[in-house]
Amino acid sequence: MDKLMTAEEAAGQLQDGMTVGFGGWGPRRKPMAVVRAILRSNVKNLTVVAYGGPEVGMLCAAGKVKKLVYGFATMDAIPLEPWYRKARQNGEIEIMEVDEGAFQWGLRAAGMRLPFLPTRCGLGTDLMNKHPELKTIRSPYADGEELLAMPALNLDAAFVHVNVADRLGNTLITGTDPYFDHLFARAAQRCFVSAERVEDRLALTAEEAGDNTFERYLVAGVVQAPLGAHPTSCAPDYGWDMEHLKRYVASAKEEGGWQEYMESFVVPGEAAYQDANGGSGAMGRLPLPVF
Amino acid sequence: MTDKVDFTLAELMIVAASEAWRGDGEVVASGIGTIPRLGAGLAKLTHTPELLMTDSEARLVEEPIPLGPRGDYQPKYSGCLNFERMFECVAGGQRHAMIGPTQIDGFGQTNLSCIGDYQKPKVAMLGVRGLPGNSINHINSFLVPFHTSKALVAGEVDMVSGVGYNPARFSEHMRRDLMEIRHIVTDLCVLDFEGENHAVRVRSLHPGVSFEDVQANTGFELQKAPDMAETLAPSAEQLAIIQRLDPHNLRAKALKDNPPGVRSQPVGQR
Repeated sequence: MDKLMTAEEAAGQLQDGMTVGFGGWGPRRKPMAVVRAILRSNVKNLTVVAYGGPEVGMLCAAGKVKKLVYGFATMDAIPLEPWYRKARQNGEIEIMEVDEGAFQWGLRAAGMRLPFLPTRCGLGTDLMNKHPELKTIRSPYADGEELLAMPALNLDAAFVHVNVADRLGNTLITGTDPYFDHLFARAAQRCFVSAERVEDRLALTAEEAGDNTFERYLVAGVVQAPLGAHPTSCAPDYGWDMEHLKRYVASAKEEGGWQEYMESFVVPGEAAYQDANGGSGAMGRLPLPVF
Repeated sequence: MTDKVDFTLAELMIVAASEAWRGDGEVVASGIGTIPRLGAGLAKLTHTPELLMTDSEARLVEEPIPLGPRGDYQPKYSGCLNFERMFECVAGGQRHAMIGPTQIDGFGQTNLSCIGDYQKPKVAMLGVRGLPGNSINHINSFLVPFHTSKALVAGEVDMVSGVGYNPARFSEHMRRDLMEIRHIVTDLCVLDFEGENHAVRVRSLHPGVSFEDVQANTGFELQKAPDMAETLAPSAEQLAIIQRLDPHNLRAKALKDNPPGVRSQPVGQR
């Protein structure tokens, strides 16, 4: 059993119109090497499901997003995601906006093969008016409480980026927060994992094994992608690249800015990408953000 | 004997923010942004040591971590509070967050999603983030760095992201008893919702600000709290703690032009 594949092969699994999840959180541990491969591909009309960071903006800029399912799109240190904003303000994308806690509830429902999970997160807000697909349900018990039935966020495919993987699909997330990558993996028909380091077979200490957050049967493909989260962070390996993110933000203000970004950073491939960002040594030394 | 100390408006607001958490006990204090975070730290180090706090990432600390580059300072972790567990805290109601929404209305409803038409907004912000869940599940306070009727709006906010005390938004079968909106700390005053039927009251006015100034820059009607007074000035001890928590003086960048704590210019119509 060997699940190793290239980023191009992983991106090539997508078909037009699919619903696709991306792991990570805002500007943190996003599967950007695979996102760049998707940007190079011809796939379109995607429904993107994410705790949105620059991958959402880039996919919007490239015209690949039909619909966005999300609770936010932000790069934290740069609060407003420029290409997401453009797409929203031009009315170019459909959306289903939900509370960020309800969002993981929807992934959880999908992973547990349930149609929905009840929550209070969203009741009384405009989310309910704006998205008639969000419905409520009454508790069948004596309390009779009315709750939001958060629909399962079933994914055709999910992409997550981890610190370590092996060819079998075992994964380790060694950063401080695993985010919800395990739920993306569970919610998806097929999950593709990119990793900083890929080994043939993991041989771990008991302590190291605790950094495994989902089972390999959930993993359909493994991509070796060192610095594959750049320009987002990948704790504890490297921090986000503020200089690159600023350049990306500036691209939204320039005529032909996206085309130029594509030609500078995406079209030439990952080796050229690393050269354009100061080389793998400098990228690997980007400091983790301190709050 | 009273020590007369100089302080900035940001420092006054940090002390006012800390008051929001007074007496909350063992709940997670989430102060998002410079002033709320320093307010939460000050609360924990002075009047409410039971508060739980994080390193603004995924771990719990009993000693609030100074903002920015840490030099020799080593955080002392006491536990884990990653996003997944934070959502458990939210659902269980054991949290009091203070954030800065783009809009707040007289019901305490908040907006962080967009301004204008929802399908094609004039301005798209971050998205609703955790406001729907926070607002219905636990205590929330808000920070408004520049108090205007664009931030504290008439009627309802453009996109209700966080719920407030607006009965029309709930059915009779929805629970509304799990939430509380505590304080709104602005650069002019502190507001609360302790009037009749949660009417908004001015709880205290910052030095040099009148009730009329506040009302003129607020989109909804305000009441005066019976004990409305001047917002308490920071003590020398509080300022020393704030300095220790913010050694790089990030608070000087929290408000435009870092105004002094005692206003010298009239507020006027903003």
